[in-house]
Amino acid sequence: MAKLPVLIGRRLGQLLPIIVFATFVVFALLQFVPGDPAVTLAGDYASKERIEEIRQQYGFDRPLLVQYGVWLLHAVRGDLGNSLLSSAPVFDLILQRLPNTILIASYALVLAAMIGIPLGVLAATRIGSRVDTFVTSVASLGVALPSFWLAILLIVTFSLQARWFPATGARAFNVDPRGALQHATLPAIALATGVIAELARQTRSALIEVLNSQYVRTLRAKGLGPFAILWKHGLRNVSVTLLTLLGLQVNRLFSGAVVIEAVFAIPGAGSLVAYSAINKDFPVVQGVVLVLVTIVILVNLIVDVLNALLDPRVAEA
Amino acid sequence: MTIELAAPSLPRRSRRATIWRWARNDLRAVLSLSYLGLLVIVSLFAWLIAPYSPVEQNVAQLLVPPSAEHWLGTDDLGRDVLSRLIWGAPNSLYASSLAVSVAIVLGVPVGLVIGFLGGWIDEVASRFIDALLSFPPIVLAIAVTGVLGIGLTNAMLSVGFVFAPVLARLVRAQTLVVKNALYVDAARGFGASTAHIIVRHIVPNAIQPVIVQVTLMLAIALLAEASLSFLALGVQPPAASWGGMLARAYNYIEIAPEQMYAPGMAILLTALAFNALGESMRVALDPTMKRR
Repeated sequence: MAKLPVLIGRRLGQLLPIIVFATFVVFALLQFVPGDPAVTLAGDYASKERIEEIRQQYGFDRPLLVQYGVWLLHAVRGDLGNSLLSSAPVFDLILQRLPNTILIASYALVLAAMIGIPLGVLAATRIGSRVDTFVTSVASLGVALPSFWLAILLIVTFSLQARWFPATGARAFNVDPRGALQHATLPAIALATGVIAELARQTRSALIEVLNSQYVRTLRAKGLGPFAILWKHGLRNVSVTLLTLLGLQVNRLFSGAVVIEAVFAIPGAGSLVAYSAINKDFPVVQGVVLVLVTIVILVNLIVDVLNALLDPRVAEA
Repeated sequence: MTIELAAPSLPRRSRRATIWRWARNDLRAVLSLSYLGLLVIVSLFAWLIAPYSPVEQNVAQLLVPPSAEHWLGTDDLGRDVLSRLIWGAPNSLYASSLAVSVAIVLGVPVGLVIGFLGGWIDEVASRFIDALLSFPPIVLAIAVTGVLGIGLTNAMLSVGFVFAPVLARLVRAQTLVVKNALYVDAARGFGASTAHIIVRHIVPNAIQPVIVQVTLMLAIALLAEASLSFLALGVQPPAASWGGMLARAYNYIEIAPEQMYAPGMAILLTALAFNALGESMRVALDPTMKRR
């Protein structure tokens, strides 16, 4: 097996074009704003001189690829421009709000893994049973359930009636961990439901495939018990699939966070992007998209490396 | 062994018989098709069915609970909830079909072409598709909507753009499989043109998983529309949408909690119906699945 740094280097090499394309897509977003970007950025009632100044300042008079290069250089150094609404640096705005999003997203991911994967295993080992039917039906329901509606129902039941959890807002995890988790619980449940359903389904079908394979049949013929087959062979062989699946859920969680943060009035990256899009604050929109897509790509890199450590066959691919 | 099963020249009659048998055996498919058919009828005749105008306000009757006069009550502006629910149906169906059509128009040809051509074009395009797939879909859709201008049509164009790479990747994979199948080699050996091969062999054989994916995508598009309308980025007031109704109901949740059940159920049932239909078609169209 290749050494870890070599492996990471090779994966980064494969990811590099993806990162370049993704950042170019983010950069190109602003290019499609109808009309002259300088006029848009200058806002209403700007003088001709001001517009010309902005055009020079932002380099809109330079070729597109040069603009992209300059933008990327600034972005790498953490300079994502300023908000058109508050004129605060975009990077600072994101840094303030990102922790709230990461908290509910990772909370939801842990919940989803802890519930979804066991449900899938339970169903796969009892195909056609009542348990299987139950898990499959619940999963279909979970996939179709609008998460923001579930969020409202959770607020009505557990905040307004039972008063177990606060209905809205967020606390900083490093200041008040208990309060932060309390505030994040209902949002995380609402966010996790779709992911639980997805994980349960995929775990079920991946495990069924392994348990039906030739070598498991051989093991069974050898007289190995069902428990040993499941733990030593079944789950070990689906672990790579599961890890990849978990990694893929990250961008689903970020998507869901946009609406969930709106419902729970959480000042996070998702509510920031929605608010900024409505108010045409494009540098902020661009910045949030860039940061989120970078996180998604990095998570997938980590998943790739972990997969290679788990399964030497992946490392050679 | 599956080569004969996947052969393109199944006689018409047997295919029709397959579909018929599927409908007879699959209660789930029949139920979801009936529900969706009903929804289409409600959408087409909303102006006839809705008891009140969906936008007419009545300040004398704000947030009235369900009654004989207003079956689902009235909202915070005194508008009839049932009428708004009915008028939300055409908007939802329009939104999901628009997004999915955009995804088909953009994604399918790209997938066919890069899968068929292969080589560096495929390499570059596939990396580009991978890059697009690493964006959180709703976040990208919101960003594109912001740029295009807020409104239902723009929002769904954005969602379609975000879905397109999913279809492109699927069609590319299918094309690769079919392209190297023996019968395509045979057709080529008989001197068939590229266009003939694509139209007569690749499209019919690659289409089945696409149909399944497209049906499942209708559900995701519906949920995306509801989310965007909830955030005021989709259907614009005073027009009715299920997501928008939930956003309003949420503001009056402590006074009139019953307001949020109907629109949520409408979204859930419609998404369930699309998903159930997609799953049924997956089973019915998959040649490797055992027929009952």
